[in-house]
Amino acid sequence: MLRFVLVRLLQSIPVLFTVITATFFLIRQAPGGPFDADKPVIPAVKRALEAKYNLDLPMWQQYLNYLGDLLRGDMGPSFKYPGWAVHDLILSGLPATAELALYALLVAIIVGVLAGVCAALKPNTAQDYIPMSVAMLGICMPTFLLGPLLVLVFGFWLNWLPISGWGDLPGDKIMPSITLGAAYAAYVARLTRGGMLDVMSQDYIRTARAKGLPERVVVFKHALRGGLIPTIAFLGPAFAGLLAGSFVVETIFQIPGLGRFYVQAAFNRDYTMILGTTIFLSTLIIFFNLLSDLLATWMNPKLRHQLRGQSV
Amino acid sequence: MFRLIVFASFIVFSVTACVQGDSNVERGNRTQVLHIGNNAEPQGLDPHQVTGVNESYIVLALFEGLVSKHPATLEIQPGVAESWTVSDDGRVYTFSLRQNAKWSNGDAVTAHDFVWSWWRGLQPALGNQYVFMYFPIKNAERFFNGEVSDFSKVGVTAIDDFTLRVELANPTPYFLQLLDHYSTFPVHRATIEKWGEPDESYTRWTRPQNMVTNGPFELDDWRLNKHLIVRKSQTYWGADKVRLNKIVFYPYEVGPNEERLYRAGQLHYTSETSIDRLPWYYENKPHHVSIAPYAGTYIYRINNKKPHLKDKRVRQALAMSIDRETLIRTVLNGLFTPAYSIVPPGLLGYQPPQVFAYDPSAARNLLAQAGYPNGKGLPEIELQYNSSEQHRKIAIAIQQMWNKELGIKVRLQNKDWKVYLDDEATGNYEISRGSWIADYVDPNTFLDMWVSDSGINRTGWANPNFDKLVLKDAPSAKTRKARYKHFYDAETLLISDMPFIPIYTYSSHHFIHPSVNGMPPNIMNYYNWRYVYLDADWRAEPK
Repeated sequence: MLRFVLVRLLQSIPVLFTVITATFFLIRQAPGGPFDADKPVIPAVKRALEAKYNLDLPMWQQYLNYLGDLLRGDMGPSFKYPGWAVHDLILSGLPATAELALYALLVAIIVGVLAGVCAALKPNTAQDYIPMSVAMLGICMPTFLLGPLLVLVFGFWLNWLPISGWGDLPGDKIMPSITLGAAYAAYVARLTRGGMLDVMSQDYIRTARAKGLPERVVVFKHALRGGLIPTIAFLGPAFAGLLAGSFVVETIFQIPGLGRFYVQAAFNRDYTMILGTTIFLSTLIIFFNLLSDLLATWMNPKLRHQLRGQSV
Repeated sequence: MFRLIVFASFIVFSVTACVQGDSNVERGNRTQVLHIGNNAEPQGLDPHQVTGVNESYIVLALFEGLVSKHPATLEIQPGVAESWTVSDDGRVYTFSLRQNAKWSNGDAVTAHDFVWSWWRGLQPALGNQYVFMYFPIKNAERFFNGEVSDFSKVGVTAIDDFTLRVELANPTPYFLQLLDHYSTFPVHRATIEKWGEPDESYTRWTRPQNMVTNGPFELDDWRLNKHLIVRKSQTYWGADKVRLNKIVFYPYEVGPNEERLYRAGQLHYTSETSIDRLPWYYENKPHHVSIAPYAGTYIYRINNKKPHLKDKRVRQALAMSIDRETLIRTVLNGLFTPAYSIVPPGLLGYQPPQVFAYDPSAARNLLAQAGYPNGKGLPEIELQYNSSEQHRKIAIAIQQMWNKELGIKVRLQNKDWKVYLDDEATGNYEISRGSWIADYVDPNTFLDMWVSDSGINRTGWANPNFDKLVLKDAPSAKTRKARYKHFYDAETLLISDMPFIPIYTYSSHHFIHPSVNGMPPNIMNYYNWRYVYLDADWRAEPK
């Protein structure tokens, strides 16, 4: 097991290195620079700005400088918000975004797994069709439509929930979490249904039933563990996707998160910020992929056995 | 199924548990706290560094220059300077500073503060993008360029603690206007030196616990992407007249989101209206809409270097075949006014010439004279704009007008902002959407951008007569009338040559709550926060 983790961690180093290098050179290819504006900057001022960010050095030297700084944990100042270091900005947005992603993931798991299990227990009946149709709707409905729709119904018509903010008023975290989680809940439902259908026809389920176990125990104790494996494998990348993809929800509900920095950095040609957020998110994606692989291994007895054999 | 019920009841419980209390607006009206939609996260708060409109609103609350402006008429009125005299030749200004003007830490604001601040504002390493605001001052530009190294040669001197003498290179009739621009505001020397070198940009001196300011408000709290709060300063010389206790600036992007928050009572003021929602407000809440002319012009730049656009008759034909009235009525919900000049009418009494009008048949004639009867032989023209729904709608309407009236084919090109800027700067375009917003209240800000070597011209158009009128004749004119005459002649030249097409004059348009007082609309969309207050007794009128 330990070896498995170590190998995976070592593998991630060249991956990250490639991400950094590709991002560094690709963003420089985009037309326009961070100091271009409708009102051109006086040449002497522009030279001073470029000198501050070492943009006057040859490209390879900037690259080496950046790598050197990065190894020391310094991502440099943002171009757009020069008063803040990139890691300050990331850390300031991370708590809200991580919390939002976590709640959205919970929504996705709870709603998705319940719907998927319901559907799988009585395939091809109304109990299957209804949740699965809703799930399809959830996948198709974009967050920029679902969000304002929820706001209209629960914020304006019913006046139950605050329509914006994060942690300012009680209940203001509910609508963003549902909005962001909805699409993922739909995926989870479909994956769970598939996994459960697969497992329910296995021999060990028949054995469990033959032992005379009540259906509840068969489903929740025996079947669910195997049936959830595809879902678990999906959750790691999904969480990273939630972190990176929260931009729309953060804008609709005015949440002070990371997503807005991430998207705006690209529009602003904020080189250091683009690099910083990209590196940060790729690290998270690598980490959560590893985590979900470990979880899936732990839940699947066959794989668990193989790994144990390896490490001996 | 059991878990489903638990989950469902949890949701229902938590939903009903949080019925909303007071809105920001209701609470704000009781406690004099103003909630402002401010478009974007401020880049910074250092007056010598920031450039944007949203930053300027915050900086104007935190700092005060030698003078300030009347909130409605925009006439200059005393600020830190109590009074001033101007020499007969218009080149020497002597300001008497208030003895009771104080920094937020209690220090007195002195003439030395201004001298030091302007020295700092002129440091090239600081990256002050508005450094040209200092250039009317004698030797300021040469000091900035390193041709003069001794700052005492620059025309600003502290005669004593409360007397400041400013000598200009040439008489500059709009000089006082520049002193209400944040790039000439004083900054607190000891604070800046505590957190870095004077010419070091973006140090930690603007953080809430560090910042020392001299305006009617001081920095209270700054949470990235969430809000920035300023509170009333107790040391401000006019503190007894300041009625707001706090202003909360929200970095909410304009559009439907901001409007939704306004509707929910979270904001007193939105930085823009949402054009699509305007008809609903006209119908239901007309007293929540504020629309006023704004000193900005929406234009289409023409690349005068392209062979088929070189002939000014082609450019004139393009300009004369746009039906601006219809465009504004149908596409823009009547929000703006047609423009036939670059300077908006009525900028401090200046009336621009009207050189042309909407006249499709004259346009067809001009096009035929240029050798393209009914558009025959004219290659397809590319029209570029930066990504925005509104720019796209306008471009489509104009594309159709040109096609219908002149038989010209137009291809639309939607570009990412930085790509669009790059293509415009390098001349890689045929027609390009553009705009200009006044930096200060004077026609000069709209005209000197078209001189030959201006970086904002970007059309390839140059006319020595125009350059002479704007750069030489107007600044040395003795009276406002003579000066405006030079501007008028210059603008007539400019619009006759039509290096760009004026389309409409901007409006400032906001949703603003009826309880807000002291924010009258004006042509610069300028607010003087020390006059603003909230009417706690305001009640919604019965339906």
